[in-house]
Amino acid sequence: MNTQITAQDLVPLLPIILTSASAVIVMLLIAIKRNHALICASSIAGLAIVVVAAFAVVPESPQQISPLLIIDSYSLFFTIVILMLAACIAVFSFNYLYNLDDDVEEFYLLLLLATLGAVVMVSSNHFISAFLGLETLSISLYGMIAYPVHSKEAVKFPLEASVKYLVLSAVSSTFILFGIALLYAQTGTLSFSDLSAVLTSPGANTGIFVMALLLLSAGMAFKLSLAPFHMWTPDVYEGAPLPASAFLATIGKAAMFVLLLRFFMVSKALQFEAVVAVFSLIAVVSILFGNVLALLQDNLKRILAYSSIAHMGYLLIALIAVHYSTGTMAIEAVSFYLVAYVVMTLGAFGVATVVSSSEKEFDFVSDYQGLFWREPWLATAFTAMLLSLAGIPLTVGFIGKFYVILAGVEGALWVLLAVLVVGSGIGIYYYLRIIYRMIMPADHQVQFRETGLNRIGSYVVLSFLLLSLLVLGVYPAFLMSIIEAISTSI
Amino acid sequence: MILIFVIAILFIGGILAWLSEFINPKLPRVVAVICLLVNGVLLLTLLDAPTLVQDGIDGDWLVHLKASWLPRFGIYFQVGVDGLSLLMLLLTVFLGIISCGAAWNEIVDRAGFFYFNLLWTLAGVAGVFVALDLFLFFFFWEVMLIPMYLIIAIWGHENKNYAAMKFFIFTQVTGLLMLISILVLAYSHYQQFGYFSFDYFELKNVQLGSSLGMAVMLGFFISFGTKLPTVPFHTWLPDAHSQAPTAGSVMLAGILLKTGAYGLIRFTLPLFPEATATFTPIAMTLAAISIVYCAKVAFAQTDIKRLIAYTSVSHMGFVMLGIFAWNAQALQGAVMTMLAHGLSAAALFMLAGGLQHRIHTRDMSNMGGFWTKVPLMSVVALFFSIAALGMPGLGNFVGEFLVLLGAFRVSVPLTVISAFGLILASVYSLWVLQKVFQGKYDSGKIDDASLVDLSRQEMIFYIAMMLGLVWMGMYPQSFLDMSATTLDHLLQSTEALRVGL
Repeated sequence: MNTQITAQDLVPLLPIILTSASAVIVMLLIAIKRNHALICASSIAGLAIVVVAAFAVVPESPQQISPLLIIDSYSLFFTIVILMLAACIAVFSFNYLYNLDDDVEEFYLLLLLATLGAVVMVSSNHFISAFLGLETLSISLYGMIAYPVHSKEAVKFPLEASVKYLVLSAVSSTFILFGIALLYAQTGTLSFSDLSAVLTSPGANTGIFVMALLLLSAGMAFKLSLAPFHMWTPDVYEGAPLPASAFLATIGKAAMFVLLLRFFMVSKALQFEAVVAVFSLIAVVSILFGNVLALLQDNLKRILAYSSIAHMGYLLIALIAVHYSTGTMAIEAVSFYLVAYVVMTLGAFGVATVVSSSEKEFDFVSDYQGLFWREPWLATAFTAMLLSLAGIPLTVGFIGKFYVILAGVEGALWVLLAVLVVGSGIGIYYYLRIIYRMIMPADHQVQFRETGLNRIGSYVVLSFLLLSLLVLGVYPAFLMSIIEAISTSI
Repeated sequence: MILIFVIAILFIGGILAWLSEFINPKLPRVVAVICLLVNGVLLLTLLDAPTLVQDGIDGDWLVHLKASWLPRFGIYFQVGVDGLSLLMLLLTVFLGIISCGAAWNEIVDRAGFFYFNLLWTLAGVAGVFVALDLFLFFFFWEVMLIPMYLIIAIWGHENKNYAAMKFFIFTQVTGLLMLISILVLAYSHYQQFGYFSFDYFELKNVQLGSSLGMAVMLGFFISFGTKLPTVPFHTWLPDAHSQAPTAGSVMLAGILLKTGAYGLIRFTLPLFPEATATFTPIAMTLAAISIVYCAKVAFAQTDIKRLIAYTSVSHMGFVMLGIFAWNAQALQGAVMTMLAHGLSAAALFMLAGGLQHRIHTRDMSNMGGFWTKVPLMSVVALFFSIAALGMPGLGNFVGEFLVLLGAFRVSVPLTVISAFGLILASVYSLWVLQKVFQGKYDSGKIDDASLVDLSRQEMIFYIAMMLGLVWMGMYPQSFLDMSATTLDHLLQSTEALRVGL
């Protein structure tokens, strides 16, 4: 394989190069002049340029650039999704950080770096690049989570959250590294595609492979906050500033899941029954734990944290179905559900972010009492997001669930589907509980901040998310055909 | 096109009703009634429409429309109306107007949002009655849940959160079972014919093994059986009915329950002739248990709305008995019972709601001797109670009689047991009348400051429903004719497969 990067190879790499370049430019701009609006705007502009570049690169795909990176339509699709999410989060950050009594500009720098990590993750088919991307993402996130630490007015406990995430993330990274090391010791390769030849060859040392794959999966499950590796999730979500939680919950999960899918697809590592069994168990436990524990929470961020655990469990059902099915249906299911999940999760975080700011977060369910009568538009958006998370028609979440169930039916995973039904049933309770709060008579003690100019951007982004949620829920044919096309390329 | 209009008018009308609140809080109800009237006129034009002759759709379809929706999975926007659907749609529109009447003066708080939810619920129901693509059907099936949930949760009574939540979780979870069943069907079609299809007519050709067929059929049955409801899936209903506002109860009892019965007739039995044939004894036993058990439980209630709710379950037992007996008389009877019960239960819930509105309690132990205070209301209550207990000459009698006639050919013991339901119905109906309207009036027990007789406007609605019931009882042929061809066709399509057993 060609290990040199030629000038021609730089073209497909444009999204990654331009993301890095925007980070550098933003850093220089901060050094020249600290201006919150300017930095936020230039970050968003940078991301927008990268989106355009990613679209422009599509005709060049697929291309393997050095052994490390693959630029195919699948990676480009998720690159675009991630960049758009990052831009949305940057807008949300602007109103959230508006009143912070500390320097705010570096947050956007960290955001761009974390996005770079995520883009690298979805483009890698080699352990080295995957791990580099993962660490770039994680290390930037430590900073984002702890960002308001010097603020005297910050009500939350960002440092605790950050340290917790740092320690557990480091532990899970060592799991991943140890798994990689074991695989390397057996096969002598770090590339996903070379691995498949060795894994499928007769006489392979199954014991070591299974051990290595399980270590790898455990590490990845930490990052995806799948039960029983989920303990950090609610605490970190709650302690982190809202934009950082949103980033962690959407881009952090999506990039990791794409990597997981690509690894298991390319290396064909799901052929080991033990791995499938462990994944099935993790899926069952995640769905049940996530949904049951969410029942007991009063904090919105914690509810969303537990619900994200359950949603990762649903996604895992589709991933397991990849092994049992012949066509690309299960891959499409994973891809569509990921898109649906990020839209609705970002929307739910977005509602909280719109009304919150760094010195006062409205993250208790009781804060939203009577929202329907106080701010009907915001309440409608929130209701739509929650119903989507619960998988009710007219929303994208329903189509996502449709895909996952279809993948499960194709793989004949009846037990997992039964768990999905039970889990969704429990899930409805806590989503509806929030909606019920919103339709109760208004409690006049809670006052959200006045809608100022700094919030207009957030409202626009929220409207965009709501629109995507409904359009993709009613007429998703367009996205379906894109996903069908990219899923064959993986 | 007419079907798109019917559904779109309800969806768009809902939004207009909501917005019109900002102009004048009394406008939403007018908008809602106008939308429903327009829909009624549109549907009436279908009455003398000729039957379509077209490939790929067997049945006596009056209108049929098929447009591409999600080509990846062979999902079409496919809707059609035959005699059975048309009857159900007319019932929906009629009771929709009655619900608006029930809410007219009761719902003053956030009226715009109320009529929005009302119209969207009806839109979902109308969609269910016309959908011929199983994905589309499921879509509408779920769409009606949210607005109904909001109606109960916002405008309901003291224990509304619990009741609304229970209603939602029961229907949603069983709905997921149905979704899985639908997807198994579609995937089996993919395996057998090489492409995904959710088309009602194409899915009839799918061959499932006997055990898979039974499992898939059960997915449908449980979902429809919960909505109907039948024992043992009925426990959400008394809570939802008693807590819902009057208009909500009217819609639940009059229309939403019928979607379950419609689903059984349209989908469960035609799609799974073999599995349902095996399942018939169990289903009919459940129906008989529903009839007798719920009639008995109704007798033990003190909350008047809970009582009516249990009687609804009991009457729906007749519907299920008739459907699973699966012969011409029994099916005709089931459809007739659906229509007649739609009117009589709606009227009874309106009466109970009217009483609650006047005296702020639903507890019958505090009531008594109201005949002297509200004679008109008492007469109306007498009429509808007698209708509900199956007095010859009124619609309910025709329906239940035909059901028993048809069921007798399938199972004598179960028919005999079910017939006791008629006796129990007279017991509880007359008992309620005696308790509430007869006896001695005691003004100390209740707050009777606003206990006034029925207004002229209320009377209009009751008289409309009375006329409907008398028509059904005296000249049922006009209704039987409408559904006859549809039902005959469904019977014929499954007959060949059933005989083979």
